Amino acid sequence: MAARAEVVRERPPRGQERVSATGNYAAAYAARDADVDVVAVYPITPQVQIAEKLAEMIANGELDAEMIHVESEHSAMSAVIAAAATGARAFTATSSQGLELMHEMLWIAAGLRQPVVMAVATRALSAPINIWNDYTDVMSARDTGWIIIFSENVQEVYDNVVQAFRIAEHPDVLLPVMVALDGYILSHTVEPMYRIPQDEVLSYAPKRPRGYRPVLDPDRPVTMGVLAAPNWYYEIKRQQAEALRESKKVVREAGREFGKRFGRYYDLLEPFMLDDAEYVMVSMGATASLVKAAVKRLRREGVKVGAVKVRVYRPFPADELAEMLQHAKAVGVLDRAIAFGGPTEGPLFADVAVSLATRGVHVPMVSFVHGLGGRDIFVRDVVEMFRILADYARKGRSATTTIFFGVRE
Amino acid sequence: MALTRPVRTVWDIPREERFAPGHAMCQGCGAAIIMRHLMKVVGKDAIIVMATGCVEVTTTLFPRTSWLNPWLHLAFENAGAAASGVEAALKVLRRKGVIDGSRRVKVVAIAGDGGSFDIGLQSLSGMLERGHDVMFVVYDNEAYMNTGIQRSSATPYGAWTTTTPVGKRWRGEWRPKKDIIGIALAHRIPYVATANPAYPTDMVEKFRRAFEIEGPSLVHVLSPCTPGWRIPTEKTIEVARLAVQTGVWVLLEVVNGRPRVTVKVPRRKHVRHYLRLQGRFRHLTDEEIERIQKMVDQYVEEINRWVGEQAIGPVAE
Repeated sequence: MAARAEVVRERPPRGQERVSATGNYAAAYAARDADVDVVAVYPITPQVQIAEKLAEMIANGELDAEMIHVESEHSAMSAVIAAAATGARAFTATSSQGLELMHEMLWIAAGLRQPVVMAVATRALSAPINIWNDYTDVMSARDTGWIIIFSENVQEVYDNVVQAFRIAEHPDVLLPVMVALDGYILSHTVEPMYRIPQDEVLSYAPKRPRGYRPVLDPDRPVTMGVLAAPNWYYEIKRQQAEALRESKKVVREAGREFGKRFGRYYDLLEPFMLDDAEYVMVSMGATASLVKAAVKRLRREGVKVGAVKVRVYRPFPADELAEMLQHAKAVGVLDRAIAFGGPTEGPLFADVAVSLATRGVHVPMVSFVHGLGGRDIFVRDVVEMFRILADYARKGRSATTTIFFGVRE
Repeated sequence: MALTRPVRTVWDIPREERFAPGHAMCQGCGAAIIMRHLMKVVGKDAIIVMATGCVEVTTTLFPRTSWLNPWLHLAFENAGAAASGVEAALKVLRRKGVIDGSRRVKVVAIAGDGGSFDIGLQSLSGMLERGHDVMFVVYDNEAYMNTGIQRSSATPYGAWTTTTPVGKRWRGEWRPKKDIIGIALAHRIPYVATANPAYPTDMVEKFRRAFEIEGPSLVHVLSPCTPGWRIPTEKTIEVARLAVQTGVWVLLEVVNGRPRVTVKVPRRKHVRHYLRLQGRFRHLTDEEIERIQKMVDQYVEEINRWVGEQAIGPVAE
């Protein structure tokens, strides 16, 4: 009997248009569908197609926005903060060195509680200069007070940017949101995705009436960006910390509501084959899909493994993660970034370890670093990491140093 | 309402105050006088964007403010970029009908010499080059006064500062002041002017024109700093006036590239009158003062040649 190829036709969600797009285009489409008012982007690889696509859409009259052709990323971030302070919906994008140049302004965006949305096509940091993917750029911005969401595929880039506007501008949040997409792996890879009609995006992430938050308005003058002496600064920062921590509720609600309306549900974390998993690997971004493939392969061999994808990196879902991992025998963390000189070199590992330790989950843990500067990671590498993790589980102890994978020693 | 009538006498300067008292600026601060007059001109429909600096820290100590207008400060080096962001936002919100499309609300950026000559130069250049409808005011006190009198590229030749001290090897600042007007003009913007608080009608009229014009404008104002220049608090205006009378500071206006001296000085005073009043020049020998006089002579000659008339005359005492 001849084999018959079966073509699986996915039914598109109602009203959504199936298009093919790179991660960069997906970010630009989302910004367009959210009807952004001001765009200020400085060219940098691998984000630059976001700027190009937005420029093209403005040039063609598909998007009514002001584009500021800034002379640096520092000015890009400054301009979008100022535009948001004036009441506009503002968007920017960057990568790597550009994010570093913005660094000062990232703190100010969050400190002034401006709902700016930014896409970051992740890329390694100099020196040596390297244009390929890793998450070290976003990791160095993790303490700036932004909400940080990682994307696993092109669809998620689009969906996350749409959600970012709803979250950032929510009156209980009023914080900037960064959506990370893996440089090249997502930024330049064409995938099919569903685009939501603009009116539905705008009903999901509505432009709120002017004046629902303080903006620069001659009829209601406010002074923004004041000097706060020791008698006030601490309280202001404490409020900011609380706002970021509490934003978790709005982020979750935004993910649920997105699912209800558009058929794709999102949460802070995404468990994968976790129910009876003994060895669990935690990862982020596009790397998470590779981990899932490794989990599937090991499951076929009968090894009880599972994975957790951290979608929302800031505010870090510590309680939720500890709950998910309470029955694991060992936890590995796959970092695609390096934190020099830390107790371990994996920044995500440090967050996971603190979350588990402070919440009474005491299991052997191993920190893995892989894929710096665009070094390819393979499913077999993750399979090998699971084996190492099982070894530590048998020994009943954690690795005290980070294991660097896929590197020539 | 912004001032629309030309200013010829002090009586034309609006009585309205939009820069509230109670701030922490020094007694005799030149910048305080400049801000007060600037705010009188721009009226209600102006959004102020400010770089970090003396004026910023002394006027917005939370929870108080001296600003009756909407006011934004982000950081030190980005007044130009922040002003661009506000201007772009106003433009698109007007177009989309979110704010009144017929009402003219203008952005005024304010920075010291550090926030414009030095750390803010790139973002200022970007703003001027892109043609944003922003008026940029530089209050130039010729050093980093907010951090305590450190040398900037606006510090004049010979001046003592804490980073160009007078010692066995150093005799104060050894480089001439950077030509910010030349830099602004290189962007081919419609309006560039210099101003001085000792000439309030001239200053206010320039603020008015810079505010009224469509597109980027820059007004560079000399701002005497009593602690930084080592002058008595009541000498601010006297010193500022001597800067003009000696030809150290020429009151210029360049409209669409056409230069004009707005306050002519037929007979100049010797530069020592200006220098000797200030503690920051106290170490200068007669010989060094003569060297500075020669530099001023050369500057005056350049200006006269540029404007095509003997706007500033010779030293005559």
